[in-house]
Amino acid sequence: MTPASTTSVSYSMRRGRRSWRITRHVITIVICAVMAFPIYWMIVTALTPNSDLIAGVAGYWPRHFDIGNFTQAFAAQPWGRWFLNTVLVGVASVLLTVSTNVLAGYAFAKLAFRGKVLIFFLLLSTMMVPIQVTMVPTFRITVDLHMFGSLWGVIIPEVAAAFGIFLSRQFMMSIPNELLEAARIDGAGHVRTFLRVVLPLCKPLIAVLVLFNFMFRWNDFAWPLIILKNPADYTLPVGLLFLQGQYTVNYAQMLGMALVTILPMLVLFIALQRYFVEGLLRSGIR
Amino acid sequence: MSSDLNGARPGGTTGSEALIASVPSAEPATAAGPKGMAGLAGRWWAISETLTAYSFLAPTIAFFAVFMFLPIGLGFWLSLENSSGFGVSTFVGLANYRAMIHDPIFWKTLGNTAIYTILTVPSSVLIGLAIALLLKDEFLRGRNIYRSFVYFPMVISGVATAIVGGWMFNENLGVADKFLAAVHLPTIHWQSSSFPAMMSLVVMTLWTRVGFNMVIYLAGLQNMDSSYLEAAAVDGAGPWRRFRRVTWPMLGPTTFFLVVMNVIYSFQVFDLVYVMTGGGPSNSTNMLGVYAYQQGFIENQQGYATAIGMALFVLVLAFTAIQWRVSRHRDLA
Repeated sequence: MTPASTTSVSYSMRRGRRSWRITRHVITIVICAVMAFPIYWMIVTALTPNSDLIAGVAGYWPRHFDIGNFTQAFAAQPWGRWFLNTVLVGVASVLLTVSTNVLAGYAFAKLAFRGKVLIFFLLLSTMMVPIQVTMVPTFRITVDLHMFGSLWGVIIPEVAAAFGIFLSRQFMMSIPNELLEAARIDGAGHVRTFLRVVLPLCKPLIAVLVLFNFMFRWNDFAWPLIILKNPADYTLPVGLLFLQGQYTVNYAQMLGMALVTILPMLVLFIALQRYFVEGLLRSGIR
Repeated sequence: MSSDLNGARPGGTTGSEALIASVPSAEPATAAGPKGMAGLAGRWWAISETLTAYSFLAPTIAFFAVFMFLPIGLGFWLSLENSSGFGVSTFVGLANYRAMIHDPIFWKTLGNTAIYTILTVPSSVLIGLAIALLLKDEFLRGRNIYRSFVYFPMVISGVATAIVGGWMFNENLGVADKFLAAVHLPTIHWQSSSFPAMMSLVVMTLWTRVGFNMVIYLAGLQNMDSSYLEAAAVDGAGPWRRFRRVTWPMLGPTTFFLVVMNVIYSFQVFDLVYVMTGGGPSNSTNMLGVYAYQQGFIENQQGYATAIGMALFVLVLAFTAIQWRVSRHRDLA
């Protein structure tokens, strides 16, 4: 095979024919339109008066940019409070989860100790346990610890998740041992080596962990639903369910508020997309 | 693709293989401490290493002990109790499991979970693969924007997905029926008949899940050695043959990993079903995970709920075991 023929084969394989290239763009644009449609439909619904929706006279695009649905929703339910609760849960969970994960990941990746294999295997195997197995016992433990009905009851039990431990260990294994040994020869102890040498190298890891844990908590539903009883303590997903359970459902308000709750995630996604992809690829676990 | 996080990534090694490969070896990585340290200093270093390791692990072990291992143990016990949550519990042995076998709704939810899994897994994996093949080309203009459109729904909560799904498939006012009417097709009872309600759940599931599958497949395609494809092209194989004989077999491990992950997600579905259909109409979309919650926190049959949870656990374990077995065989081959 001559170099020239290789080039022409690769060229025709990669570039394809012009008609196929155009067709491919068309197919792709149709796929993107389908994927974007639910969001578009949320926007259209949220900008339409509920009476139009009920009467079935609403069109495929918003006829007027009426933000009345949002102001009415904010007046009817404590959305500001729910928003704040969700942010509090997210921030507290991220602080607790990420710090414990990074410490554990370092121990598993770089330290030698008895019981390492067993402990790691036990922690990792909990990833397969469905919440339905532990929800009732954990609920009772949370009651016994006087955390039922409080945001702490949402935050604390879910720190026990193996996702970040696995990710941290994988990442820290790639830090060369020579770096750690050099620090030790310079007289640094274990803690100092971790804080001064390892942690500064872990910024991409911490970014992924913060992002994913915040997203998990922001979108979390089953556990807050079990723990939170007083409407003032709801997080956003539980608040949305509360709205859906009203006697007469106001679709315009409900879709509007659903849109508001996903906006922060969409903004994070657009800004930090590559971290989302990296996190997915590194873990393969949602 | 940025490579901030260097190291293994799925494709070459799928996540499942990584899980296995990642169980740490018993060999101490740095037990002897820095070179040249011997005797007393070396031993002191090893002791302090163990102490450091356990103190670094202490918070993790504490959280897992109280909120994971204790609940799992209690769960086994609880599934043997007749318990209404706040009243007195009595030990009833296997009565909850016996009741489960005679509970038609349990079998119905189990069957629905199986149907939902069959309807969601192959379709989401194959659509993910098709889109990955469409968007892998480095010469495709705007491919990064196209990709973003496919995987952005993964950041959207199950509750928000269910709310927009419930509205689009609303029986009288939904846009799905509006489209059907516009092209003069009969409208469908998305909410009051069983199969259409199940299909509406499947559609919303695909919306959030296809992107994940696409991302993993794109990584698999990127790690694939393109010389095989080029050799096949030189030999005159057309696009379909190249796919069937080269790409598809080479993506085997990735496909297998995705099928197992998707099966496990589908088994455990909760948010979407609970909010979008509530398991209705008359349990025709009710699934194991939702039924366990209803029994535990609405009917207050907490022992029975935990027994259902255990059944779900057994299903998930069975699939994980299959995955481990197969990927181990593949590693040895």
